Amino acid sequence: MAYLKRSPWLIHYDASSCNGCDIEVLACLTPVYDVERFGIINTGNPKHADIFLVTGSVNEENKEVIRNIYAQMPEPKVVVAVGICATSGGIFAECYNVSGGIDKVIPVDVYVPGCAARPESIIDGVVKALGILEEKHKKGVKK
Amino acid sequence: MFWLGFLIIFPLAAGLILLAVKNDLLRTPVVKLSAAVICAASIALLVKSYPSGPVYFPAEFPGADRIMFAVELAIAGYIVFCAIKFKRPLTLVLIGLQTLAMLLLEFTAKGKLHAEHNLFIDNFSVIMALIIGIVGTLICVYAIGYMRDFHEHFRKEVTDRRRSFFFINFVFLSAMFGIVFSNNLLWLYFFWEITTVCSFVLIGYKKNGESIRNSFLALDLNLLGGLAFAAGIIYLHFHSGTIELDKVLSMGKAGVLLPVALLCFAGMVKSAQLPFSPWLTGAMVAPTPVSALLHSSTMVKAGVYLILRFSLLLQGTFCGIMIAFVGGTTFLVASFIAMTASDAKKVLAYSTIANLGLIVLCAGVGTYEAVWAAILLIIFHALAKCLLFLCVGVVEHKIHSRDIEDMSGLVVSMPRMSVMMQIGIAGMFLAPFGMLISKWAVLRALVDYNPLLAIFVVFGGAATLFFWVKWMGKLITVMEPKTGQEETVSRSEWVPLYSLSFLTIAICGLFPAVSHGLIDPYIKVIYGKVVSMGQGNITIMLIMLGMVCLFPLSFINLGKKVKVADSYLGGANAGSSIRFQGALGQVKEAQMQNYYLGKHDAEVHLLKFGSFACAGLILIMFIILR
Amino acid sequence: MKNLPLILAYVFLAPFVGGLLAGIDRKISARMQSRIGPPLFQPFYDVLKLLEKENLVARRSQNLYIIFYLLFMVFTGGLFFAGGDILLVIFAFTLAAIFLVLGAYKASSPYSFIGAERELLQMMAYEPAVIFTAIGMYMVTKSFFVSDIAAFRTPLWQYLPGIFLSFVFILALKLRKSPFDLSSSHHAHQEIVRGITTEFSGKALAMIELTHWYETVLVMGIVYLFFTPGVLFAAAMTLFVYFFTILVDNTFARVKWQLAVNSCWIVTIVLGIANIIVLFLLKR
Repeated sequence: MAYLKRSPWLIHYDASSCNGCDIEVLACLTPVYDVERFGIINTGNPKHADIFLVTGSVNEENKEVIRNIYAQMPEPKVVVAVGICATSGGIFAECYNVSGGIDKVIPVDVYVPGCAARPESIIDGVVKALGILEEKHKKGVKK
Repeated sequence: MFWLGFLIIFPLAAGLILLAVKNDLLRTPVVKLSAAVICAASIALLVKSYPSGPVYFPAEFPGADRIMFAVELAIAGYIVFCAIKFKRPLTLVLIGLQTLAMLLLEFTAKGKLHAEHNLFIDNFSVIMALIIGIVGTLICVYAIGYMRDFHEHFRKEVTDRRRSFFFINFVFLSAMFGIVFSNNLLWLYFFWEITTVCSFVLIGYKKNGESIRNSFLALDLNLLGGLAFAAGIIYLHFHSGTIELDKVLSMGKAGVLLPVALLCFAGMVKSAQLPFSPWLTGAMVAPTPVSALLHSSTMVKAGVYLILRFSLLLQGTFCGIMIAFVGGTTFLVASFIAMTASDAKKVLAYSTIANLGLIVLCAGVGTYEAVWAAILLIIFHALAKCLLFLCVGVVEHKIHSRDIEDMSGLVVSMPRMSVMMQIGIAGMFLAPFGMLISKWAVLRALVDYNPLLAIFVVFGGAATLFFWVKWMGKLITVMEPKTGQEETVSRSEWVPLYSLSFLTIAICGLFPAVSHGLIDPYIKVIYGKVVSMGQGNITIMLIMLGMVCLFPLSFINLGKKVKVADSYLGGANAGSSIRFQGALGQVKEAQMQNYYLGKHDAEVHLLKFGSFACAGLILIMFIILR
Repeated sequence: MKNLPLILAYVFLAPFVGGLLAGIDRKISARMQSRIGPPLFQPFYDVLKLLEKENLVARRSQNLYIIFYLLFMVFTGGLFFAGGDILLVIFAFTLAAIFLVLGAYKASSPYSFIGAERELLQMMAYEPAVIFTAIGMYMVTKSFFVSDIAAFRTPLWQYLPGIFLSFVFILALKLRKSPFDLSSSHHAHQEIVRGITTEFSGKALAMIELTHWYETVLVMGIVYLFFTPGVLFAAAMTLFVYFFTILVDNTFARVKWQLAVNSCWIVTIVLGIANIIVLFLLKR
């Protein structure tokens, strides 16, 4: 069924981002890019969300938080790591407190590199994630 | 006639026996047996008197008047003794005035104080008798287990005076039966004063400073009411030559309104309308059975019972409108104050005052629809409020707190108790339960009479919604897993709780029968008209009741196919739904407290406003009546 | 039963009508914000997607309350469209809403708790206005039954302008729109995460959404009652009122609960009660 594709709700979490990628994510909601055209709503609540959009890298403070939010999302769910910091740690990868990208904590489905990632790339990444979401749903239904 | 006498005398006898029984083990069966007998007797009364209309009995007892006079003097003496012992000059003044009034009546009207019929029975009396007989006796049974717990675990410092406690309780039941069966106003006054004294003794049970203060507050205010009662009787005797209820009612409005107003004043004091409400809220220091018996289900109902008797006379008069406004203002102000309270007994006290205000509102309006609504209110309120008080009593003993905020998670730690509390709360305001039916009836009655009075009901009703659901929600919110605390609740407490829960639900299904069989005939006799709620509406209410009763069944398949995750705490959960990572790496616990909307000063201001308003209304009423 | 076709139409068609109204709401809001906005049937896609999600809860029994919320809302709407007693409709509506509040309490999370408290405050705010609507309609048509009110010869708004205005004022509360969307909101913006709906997901959330649609149709039905008997005129006015609430939603920010409750009560007293006083005096 194509409904997951038509109504993807996302939760956006800023791990240790410099806010550059976050501003680009929020820009997607503005009239210029307007992702609500695709039915995307930015809910702030993991229990309502299908897509977990994370920016920034992982450090000791937010390891548990990322795990908690991921655990509180109902299946099927996908994770999109936005920005190079979320992908691999970016320019902060070798800092003493940074563990690296998001995939150190939770399984990531789509990586959107960039510093800051452009809204077009982010939308592209989300659309890719929707495809993966559909596949997960089909797999879940088959079980 | 036999049953009337039995119901008045038997509790008195049982009380005297209990006064002699020292042993707790022996006391239990005596109380249970007496309670069962009284309960059965009141049901027998219903069966015997149905379906005839009002019946009057001469009930001439030689020397009855002398005995009553002697007892009244003895009571006055006892009060004088207490007043001197605890240095209460106001009480001395009030009891002195009252005794003077009685002596005046007795000696200036020698021999002419003869009533044709001393006792009577009609459907309204039967309803009240059933409430006293069923609800009152259930409370006495509950008191066995409660008082045992009270003395052994909860308040070990209070001396065990359970003999006199149960004695007074049964005397009180006897007096209540006397009130609802009396046609002779002097007899009514006698029983009325007995209930005042019972209330005084029982409130002061703990004998600490707070209890004594509050017991005297109750005594003073009720003596004031009694004074008005006495003044009303004296006026009636000298101006109209009668002291009988049925004769007063058939006299028509002219000439009797002033004494009726005085009697209604006494009724308003007894049912704790503003500005007299402090005695009821202060009476909450008493043990819970006292609060349930006297101050929610029975004694305060005597006050509104009296006002309701006169509703035909009050209909359409200025006096009636003033009384209606007092009742309406009380309902509104008390509901608002209840929103600000977190002490469970205080919430229940103000809710009681509010509902009594609603009944007084209906009585003041006095149309047939309003009286119908008022009687329904009495029945439903007695059941639900009693259930709530009993539950709060048990909960207080187990969790050692009366605060609603401490009752969270009760659905896990005391599941049966929390369900019963939810039934009680639902019975107080939710469709399709009883109080909702009554509120609906009140609205319909008011809309036909004067829609502006509906303002009180509507706004007050909105406030009641708020504080009841708040409480209900707190019961089902689960924070920490708690251990079960229900095992130590005794059977003498469970039986009344189960019975009352069952009755609260059943009466909603049965109310068409009750209305048709008991209330409608009474209204027809007095007003000549009958209220119809529409068969369609009744069916729909019953369907709703059925659907709501399905709700507990849904828990059978409780959460089999769901996956439990922690609640959302901003992602900062520290392994549970309540603990989260706070600042500086500290693990903190989330706390959720209800809104109390101006907790600290709202009550004082609202009370001041309400008291002034109502005192003003009462003053105006008496001034105009002169 | 008199209006069986209408009842059945409500039970089966109201979700579609309600969802369409929700879709129109989002589209118009988007256009007002210079965006294109989601497709018109987006709310249906949302609900259907929610049905495909896992059932995740914070407490095991919280979803049971939602089932009864839906059940009683459908019952209330059915009662309304069957032409039943409007006071009973209002009380049944309160019963339904209480189930949602209790479900949020049951979820035992701080956000749903505050959402539940605020929802109760909202209910306290709008209940007087709604009951006065019923009382006003009774005073004009001499009947509490919706069927009689709907069949009344003259449009009711001519007799009840104050009550109509106070009802429109509290409409924002009932439809969960700004400036009174204190406890939960249809759109993304929220200060207490999602308020009462925070801990619900999957099928439960879909049921809540569905119930909101039934509720919208019921509330719009009450607005419709002010403009009968002309069907086209009444329908047009109802849609216009709905558009007006969307406009207000996009123009106002959310207010604090004190302002919400106080303003609703003041409007109810001033407009609604003045209306009733006038009617009362006219009858004498």
